[in-house]
Amino acid sequence: MENISGADLVRAAAFIGAGLAMGLGAIGPGMGEGFAGGKACEAIGRNPDEAGLLTRTMLVAQAVSESTGIYSLVVALLLIFVV
Amino acid sequence: MEAEFIVRAGQFLGAGLCIGLGAIGAALGEGYTGGMANISISRRPAMAPTYTRTMLVAQAVAETSAIFALMVSVLLLFTDLSRWGVCQWAAAIGAGLSMGLGAFGSGIGAGLPGGQAIWGLSRQPQTSSHMTTTMLVSQAICQTPAIFSLVVAFLLIFKNASGYPLWPYSASFLAAGLAMGLGAIGSGWGGGMTGGACCEGFARQPRLRSQLMTMNLVGQAVAQTPAIFALLVAIMLVVGGKTEGDILTVATTLGAGLAIGFGAIGSGLGNGANAKGACEAVTINSGTSKDMMTFMLVGQAIGQTPVIFALVVSLMLIFLPFGGMPANLVGFSALVGAGLSVGIAGIGSGYGNGINGASACRGVALAPAERGSMLTLMLVGQAVAQTPAIFGLLVAFILMFKAQAGPVTLSAAMALLSAGLCMGFGGLGPGVGNGFTGAAACEAAGHRPDQRGLIMRTMLVAQAVAQSTAIYALVIAFVLIFVI
Repeated sequence: MENISGADLVRAAAFIGAGLAMGLGAIGPGMGEGFAGGKACEAIGRNPDEAGLLTRTMLVAQAVSESTGIYSLVVALLLIFVV
Repeated sequence: MEAEFIVRAGQFLGAGLCIGLGAIGAALGEGYTGGMANISISRRPAMAPTYTRTMLVAQAVAETSAIFALMVSVLLLFTDLSRWGVCQWAAAIGAGLSMGLGAFGSGIGAGLPGGQAIWGLSRQPQTSSHMTTTMLVSQAICQTPAIFSLVVAFLLIFKNASGYPLWPYSASFLAAGLAMGLGAIGSGWGGGMTGGACCEGFARQPRLRSQLMTMNLVGQAVAQTPAIFALLVAIMLVVGGKTEGDILTVATTLGAGLAIGFGAIGSGLGNGANAKGACEAVTINSGTSKDMMTFMLVGQAIGQTPVIFALVVSLMLIFLPFGGMPANLVGFSALVGAGLSVGIAGIGSGYGNGINGASACRGVALAPAERGSMLTLMLVGQAVAQTPAIFGLLVAFILMFKAQAGPVTLSAAMALLSAGLCMGFGGLGPGVGNGFTGAAACEAAGHRPDQRGLIMRTMLVAQAVAQSTAIYALVIAFVLIFVI
């Protein structure tokens, strides 16, 4: 521990980066998808006949919102295993 | 370096943090009150003097927390603390954090009843004196966390730590400041939400004054609990802080402070939001006020879970021996990471559970006959929203009890700290998001009780998707802990 090698420092930074990437990156999709899901519930409450259409739209919207979470996951995995 | 200089540097840093952070909340709250006063004046220009007077009274109360922060800041600037030992550098920074962060929630919180009360006066001018009383009572309660923070700041500043070595006692001072400062934010702000809804409800339905006031007082009292937990841990850390130990003692102390500090934010906010929903529900349908009290208390009890997880981890860190942990940077990172994981992940679940409970109250007001199925819907939604906090607790336990046998390198240490940060922040968004969905489902079921099966199914599908990012965070945390 007394003499930290350059490679060790780089790995340490990559691990911290991975944790922050996935941790912070999960905040937005989690909230955004929840919001979209909430509005879908409200909409189905107003017009239950269109439940199929509304659920489909919700899932499409959530899939798009999920993408940033997946970017974070990919970057975190890259930082851990590749870099 | 001489102790005197270290302590003085800490005092100046603490003074800056204290008034810098402490000035944010009160100013925001006062701005809200001022804005609502002007909206009210534009409605009834003839009443401008009354509204302006009420605004100034409300702003003066909201200002209190910033004045506390100013007082602590000036005390730190001009008192010589070095006579009480070299650890006082940390006491000064801890006091600054405690009062600065602690003033934030109470400042914003106190502005909310102020704004709603003036708005209420423009709606029902005849309620004038009662409205001012309701406003002042609500504001006084949400000032409580700021007073706790002031008490802890004084406790830190005037603690005689002379003769103690620099570490590990300095960590006790820092951790106590963080615990109380962070822990006061949610309760102050959440209590203000409840008080605002009480004033608004009173303006809409003046005859419900006593029912609303009861709901307000009970709701705010429960919302105050997380701040009280934080106060207890802070006092324990200062009074029972260890004066000798190694790097692990420093880690357990800091971890305990971070866990309860962060962990109290979500539950405080959530409990306040839940009680706000109950006040709104009583205003919509006063016949259900007894049911509403039950719903609010059940919802708040579940919303309290994340702070109780944090309290458990905090007390374990303070009291358990952790003999199997290596006394080096790896062990340090694991224990601090455990505190961060359970604390930050609890913020989202606590708030999410609160808004879910609030909407269940409003749903019961819309369809009182369906209260049984509404309770089921609320509990299912809250259970899903609790998952990120449980993930946070799980990662914290693994970090605390996994034998750390590998090589002692900087990267091994940072992987563990990073796992805690990853699960902590990663749980925040899904917790809040699941709460949004659960809340909307409860309200939709209130409007259309006949469609509750369809609504619950949609809610669960949406929550499952929103949960996915918390699961990614859990996977990355596991990889960082076990694979590296």
